Amino acid sequence: MSNFSVGFRSVGPVQVLDLRGELDAHTASELEAAIQKALEEQNTRIVVCGENLQYISSAGLGVFMAYIEEVRERGGDIKIAGLQSKVYNVFDLLGFPMLFDIVETEEQAIEKFREDANGVPPTTA
Amino acid sequence: MIPDAVARSTYTLQVPSSTRHLEQVRQFVARHAAAAQFPEEAVEAFKIAVDEACTNVIKHAYKGNETHLIDIAVIVDPDRFTVRIRDQGEAFRPEEYQTPDIFKLARKRRAGGFGVHIMRRLMDHVEYRTRGRINEVRLTKYRTGDRARNGAPPAPSPS
Repeated sequence: MSNFSVGFRSVGPVQVLDLRGELDAHTASELEAAIQKALEEQNTRIVVCGENLQYISSAGLGVFMAYIEEVRERGGDIKIAGLQSKVYNVFDLLGFPMLFDIVETEEQAIEKFREDANGVPPTTA
Repeated sequence: MIPDAVARSTYTLQVPSSTRHLEQVRQFVARHAAAAQFPEEAVEAFKIAVDEACTNVIKHAYKGNETHLIDIAVIVDPDRFTVRIRDQGEAFRPEEYQTPDIFKLARKRRAGGFGVHIMRRLMDHVEYRTRGRINEVRLTKYRTGDRARNGAPPAPSPS
């Protein structure tokens, strides 16, 4: 009984993960598996699209925390896009906007990857 | 003079100590917070706070053993809404808890450690008690907002 799912889409060299439903300690392993799958397929430019993400707890945030260093070390990034305000507020509570590139739209996130590829490196704290 | 002062309602829910019941717990608390006419933002805050509290019970007090029980009670008072979570596992020691540094955690690739921080940020008051074998955490929000954050008693009402 899980009301969370991850959809995979490729936009050029960028792997888009579409999150849907509620991300908590029960469903966080599904996001973890999705990020691992992307990395195994050498997709390190990841956009997490949160338009249909209805809820997140710290267990969900923890997945992003656990992978961001590895992804950046491999030359990529996890950019987060399209969050609903109630979900963004949880990211903001922990100061995630300081650590993660969080933008309003998927297009902005993809554009940022283009800029990164043109010589502007992602910021790593 | 103030008959509302005795108008307390309590609703209870018992679930096994498994993350698969978190959604049910969130819905239970959200339903009662909304029925008590708390604004949507506060309802959302209660959902997250009770989720974090129950997740901590499952992972830390019961160490992932799903055969135990968690008792949740919603206590609606005229001036406040409290969610009480009880377990009989290992007690949490709030005095040992340190506010997480997300940059350090990211460098260590650590996935957790900020549930308590989130609860404290979202609630007006978070209190831990242990009596005998029973551990309890109480998550409280006052109708008038923020005046009793993390331990300070509520300010007296203006007469």
